[in-house]
Amino acid sequence: MLFTATGSDNGGQVHPSEWITVNDTGLYCQPADTYIDPMVPVAQAIITHGHADHARAGHQRVYATPTTIRIMTTRYGDDMAEQHYPLTYRESVSLGDPDDPVKLTFYPAGHIAGSAQALLEYRGGRIVISGDYKRRPDPTCEPFEVVPCDVFITEATFGLPVFRHPPIEREIQKLLHSLSVFPQRCHLVGTYALGKCQRVILALRDAGYHKPVYLHGALLKLCELYQTLGVSLGTLIPVSEVEDKQSLAGEVVLAPPSALADRWSRALPDPRTVMASGWMQIRARARQRQAELPLIISDHCDWPELLQTLREVDAPEVWVTHGREDALIYQASQMGYQAKALSLLRFDDEDEPA
Amino acid sequence: MHAFSELLDQLYFTAGNNAKAAIITDYLAHTPDPDRGWAIAALAGTLKFDFFKRNTVKKLMLERVDPELFALSYDYVGEMSETVAHLWPQTSSSEQDALPSLAEVVEQFQQCSRNTVGKLLAGYLDSMTAAQRWALIKLGTRGLRVGVSARTIKHILASYGNVDVAEVEAIWHGVAPPYTSLLAWLEGRADKPDIRGEVTFHPVMLSHPLTDGDLNSWSPADWQVEHKYDGIRVQLVSTNKGKALFSRTGDDISSAFPDVLEGLTSHGVVDGELLIMHGTRVDTFNTLQQRLNRKSPTKKLLAEYPAGIILYDILIQGEDSVTEQPLSHRRKVLETWLCEQNASHLHISPTLAVDSLEELNDQYARASEDVAVEGLMLKRRASQYVAGRPKGQWYKWKRQPKLVDAVIMYAQRGHGKRSSFYSDFTFGAWQGDQLLPIGKAYSGFTDDELKKLDNWVRRHTVGRFGPVKEVKKELVIEVAFDAVHPSTRHKSGIALRFPRFHRIRWDKPAREADSLDTVKALIDTPASRKS
Ligand SMILES: [Zn+2]
Ligand SMILES: [Zn+2]
Repeated sequence: MLFTATGSDNGGQVHPSEWITVNDTGLYCQPADTYIDPMVPVAQAIITHGHADHARAGHQRVYATPTTIRIMTTRYGDDMAEQHYPLTYRESVSLGDPDDPVKLTFYPAGHIAGSAQALLEYRGGRIVISGDYKRRPDPTCEPFEVVPCDVFITEATFGLPVFRHPPIEREIQKLLHSLSVFPQRCHLVGTYALGKCQRVILALRDAGYHKPVYLHGALLKLCELYQTLGVSLGTLIPVSEVEDKQSLAGEVVLAPPSALADRWSRALPDPRTVMASGWMQIRARARQRQAELPLIISDHCDWPELLQTLREVDAPEVWVTHGREDALIYQASQMGYQAKALSLLRFDDEDEPA
Repeated sequence: MHAFSELLDQLYFTAGNNAKAAIITDYLAHTPDPDRGWAIAALAGTLKFDFFKRNTVKKLMLERVDPELFALSYDYVGEMSETVAHLWPQTSSSEQDALPSLAEVVEQFQQCSRNTVGKLLAGYLDSMTAAQRWALIKLGTRGLRVGVSARTIKHILASYGNVDVAEVEAIWHGVAPPYTSLLAWLEGRADKPDIRGEVTFHPVMLSHPLTDGDLNSWSPADWQVEHKYDGIRVQLVSTNKGKALFSRTGDDISSAFPDVLEGLTSHGVVDGELLIMHGTRVDTFNTLQQRLNRKSPTKKLLAEYPAGIILYDILIQGEDSVTEQPLSHRRKVLETWLCEQNASHLHISPTLAVDSLEELNDQYARASEDVAVEGLMLKRRASQYVAGRPKGQWYKWKRQPKLVDAVIMYAQRGHGKRSSFYSDFTFGAWQGDQLLPIGKAYSGFTDDELKKLDNWVRRHTVGRFGPVKEVKKELVIEVAFDAVHPSTRHKSGIALRFPRFHRIRWDKPAREADSLDTVKALIDTPASRKS
């Protein structure tokens, strides 16, 4: 589908709807012959961040922040792409025809380490593809930066007014409280391997929890990477190295959500199932996950933050993707913006790192 | 209120009956009266507020949020209490210090009027966290859905007090929230509450559907055979403190049936079938439905559709319980009791003369021709009156087609002109505490009933899977079908042939729907033999 130009009165400039389209492969920038976060291998890709619903292996040329590239090589191996071009925040590179270039610049998105918004400029038109982003403080990444533009593409993962994320400190207190009420139970916390896991560990440390944190094997590599990136996570011990699993009673064990209910967890002493995700705010979702202790910890904006962002970016046109578009489109229109849905093929939202 | 909200939260997220029981027991042990009693009432569903309704909540919410955003949110969350809990504006007064006790909240809502309920509720919601708002709305609109049934509560109370659950059940309807006397007895601080003479509902005795083997060693002399009437089961109670008519679930339906309560001249508790009766002629179930829908009937309605009861058992004669007497004796007591009344709308269920299996089959065939009758009841003459569904005592032998009481589990929109209605229903039967889907039905109801069903689905949705809505497991339908076949394609292990709605049992509690074993037993039943 091709978006028609809105009658914005900016002289000889070309509106992004003229040169950004959506096709079966994903979001496509014609004059740069480049896809943004494509789901299948392409010749040239811009990757906003390392989550699997944005970063896939097998592209020929990849433009991403240095940290995102390290995440991708950690996850997919050094040959995750034929060539990669690390581009630090606020540095620019020209893509496409050197005589009629598209300029790409990354800005922090505040979502996970290395996460970026991609600003594309072409013939005076500006579009910001924000990827996933959040506005809460996160010690593992630079905060979201407001970038003026003609079109702002926003996610809507938690794009309903029911979503209001509590402070992470309060949620971590719930976990610490549970540890004191159930000192004999192993607290098995489901977290996504990239971003959420490290954030939960840091929040535990900030709350004064300095005992070792035990990790499922699937979380090791990325935690190591974060530590080499200078994020200090304290003592981490792989569960596989603990000989007497009974000694994990009263300890915190982190595992990917998929491991909570599988055989792996049966060796743990009387595990109490904790799940850290923005979805945990909705009770039925939490129960579906069989979480006994749901922690509402999100790496996305809640509803008030989405609206705050639209106001601050103040782009005349907003394209909404990735989640519950309807409500945000409605609200953005109420706020005086031209808003429409951008239908991109993504994974089912249940599997997303939220 | 804080402790109650924590309790609901814990129950909601805790799996397993034992763990839930431990949480409730802990709450009982650590919460003072009367708060804990109100919590029991809320969990057991015995707490009712006249003016605290879903609509009250929705109206308040729509004064505070854009209707479009509310609709989208509700559609996503799928449940009113939680939608409102999250959407309610956060105010600076959301501080915990001022939070009232559960008892205070309950009292305030009981005392408020239609005009003041909104202000009261809004004030509370303003001062609460999202979790507490959820608990409050759940409390007010009944239907906590934390996986604890009224029956479970009675079991927990029994083990809390170290008494038999039957003892708790026997007095349950005679004690009222906040259950201080009940708890005092369970804690050994007082005598068992004396409920004699109270105008209360007594748990009823239920029958099993007749299955093939049941007639193998059938000996006519041991059995009382009656018609099974197509009305609703009721209990008529008359004591020196008053009189009342109860539905089988213990709801007081006296106000809808003032005509039935007339002419009672002596005390007692009797069991029977409520029907619309013109003298001795029984009218259709549909006419009874007209009366059931009206809480205070007009004179015209009373004259047009006079109600009567066909009595079949007696629990208390005068002030004395006769439940431990055999049915053969109770029958005589009932006859005597009825003679004392000055009530021509009360009848006794005639016993049918049956001296052999052939005669029984013959009676069954004739019962099938009578529209006011839906089959036969076979009751062991020696049976005591035991609350619940004791084995081998009473049987119902419903006329063809095969009928089972199933619980609606999922609903889906229909096609064509029905596409705006939820008209395709998946229903299930019990296996232990779990419902297993046994079939789908999308016919057999009237257009009016379809509208009601559609409305019910929208108000009772608890989840969704694409176009399929999961509903509260609350509505029982009598499903008619031609045959049951074993099937490996379904988890239940059976498939029904031509299932359709026979009747919607708005009055029947889901827990009393049939079990999967009952349905399986119909794979080859006496009813399928042409007799
Ligand atoms: Zn992401
Ligand atoms: Zn994403």
